[in-house]
Amino acid sequence: MMARIASTVYAAAIYGFIFLPVAVLVLFSFQGTLFPIPPFNGPSLRWYHAVLGDARLTAGLTNSLVVAIVTSAIATILGFLAAWGFARFHLPASALLRGLITLPLTVSYLIIGMGLLIFFNWIGLPKSLMAAGIGHVVINLPLCFAIIYSQMGDHQANIERAARDLGAQEWQVLALVTAPILWPALFASFFLSMTFSWDEFVIAFLLTRFDTTLPVEIWNLLRAGLNPKTNAVGSLVFGISIVLAIVFELVAFRKRPQ
Amino acid sequence: MSAAAQTRIGWASVTPALLWTLVFFVVPFAAMGVASLFPEGASGLSLANYTQFFANPSYWLALVNSLEVTTLVTIISILLAYPFAWILAFVVPERWQRLALMLAVLPFWTSYVVRSYSWLLVLAEKGAFNSALLQSGLLSDPVQLANTRAATIIGFVHFFVMLLTLTIYANLKQLSPNYRKAAADLGASPVQAFIHVILPLTLPGIMVGAFLTFVLAIGDYITPQILGGNNELLLPQLIMMQIGRRGDFASASALSIILMLVVSIAYLACARWLKIERA
Repeated sequence: MMARIASTVYAAAIYGFIFLPVAVLVLFSFQGTLFPIPPFNGPSLRWYHAVLGDARLTAGLTNSLVVAIVTSAIATILGFLAAWGFARFHLPASALLRGLITLPLTVSYLIIGMGLLIFFNWIGLPKSLMAAGIGHVVINLPLCFAIIYSQMGDHQANIERAARDLGAQEWQVLALVTAPILWPALFASFFLSMTFSWDEFVIAFLLTRFDTTLPVEIWNLLRAGLNPKTNAVGSLVFGISIVLAIVFELVAFRKRPQ
Repeated sequence: MSAAAQTRIGWASVTPALLWTLVFFVVPFAAMGVASLFPEGASGLSLANYTQFFANPSYWLALVNSLEVTTLVTIISILLAYPFAWILAFVVPERWQRLALMLAVLPFWTSYVVRSYSWLLVLAEKGAFNSALLQSGLLSDPVQLANTRAATIIGFVHFFVMLLTLTIYANLKQLSPNYRKAAADLGASPVQAFIHVILPLTLPGIMVGAFLTFVLAIGDYITPQILGGNNELLLPQLIMMQIGRRGDFASASALSIILMLVVSIAYLACARWLKIERA
């Protein structure tokens, strides 16, 4: 009995700790006055209006979405092709090359961003959304590769062989047989990449200049100190992410083909 | 299909990913290594950027600060997350566990920058924490929490308690309940069963989580910059400062490589627990 009470109290305390900042963030996004600090005098939507009327923030939101979708698509496709190649064909030094593809997972984003900054500086590629997008593919490709490679089973190879026996070309096997079978892994890779790209700050911070992503715009907003507008944009991002997470939950876990 | 044609198709499908990694990861990394050897203002090759790290106390201090903060964060996060994951795995009824876990990681879904900022709202001089304590009379003067090491640690612990709860929970659920039963049958008290049976069995999972925490925390710029401020610099803050304020890419490169060496040492220290294997 004592143990049950202690467990409940402990779990409640941890939940409290986990939710405290988010609760404060969302509550004071509805603040009516200029500062997101007690006392609360809302609810008011004025800061949400301010966010939606801020061209930089809405541009950042669009940029972030475009970068997330495009880079995740590239990372998923490259990861899928590589996973298929390594799983189905006997290539020399396969283990070493697979290790190379997964290597960026062990390096922090700051270092990847630094390396690209110097490299792009040398070859004369200006800071841009494209530069940051290249970096996002670098961080997400290993993840996509690892997820898809781990799902490449032998039973799928048999189905591919059957398709070839029935006269399918190699690209037809890949697009019409392998990809549909692996769809849950492909979807998971794409979705995870999107989440990481969407939330990534330091690479975008180092590699973009005028047009930039939402996390960097939010960072710029922080220079003004505590500001209910930051609360409002933060709460919006939170809301969008939760909706996406629920969609992921519904698509990936409820419709698993057997 | 001939073996040669097979191999050709195989190479064609793995080449794009290999090229991407080579051009945008390996080459930039090498470029960083080369850049670190050509210090600003020096003519030609020099190790000055590395020797300055040991000679200049403020650089050295950034590494010490980083190691201290990261070690504290890792230990506190494990101590807080383990009992929580235990409760989720063994006390909460089975059908509520998924919901309980999803709630526990809900704030993951705010963006990383915003999550640090929201702790600033709580810890600021006139923030939620101080005004609650002042109003309740527990405090007569506000405590300075924002822009301190404590704030950095709180922000980090918040994130890593969520992460570690997930990994430790997964670890505990994999254990067969028979271990606990067998220990009890052989006369072990619950505490003995935990110390001698469950803890050793979950140690590999804890080490993986600890390594992840250490690596992610020591390379992070956002949390110490937003919550800790500039009173005390951590290594990533120092690196960003070299680029931002001074435009000294060479020195920033050298510091980045030192940061990577620290991570590699941590990896070697945990390597026996970190066998990454695939099906």
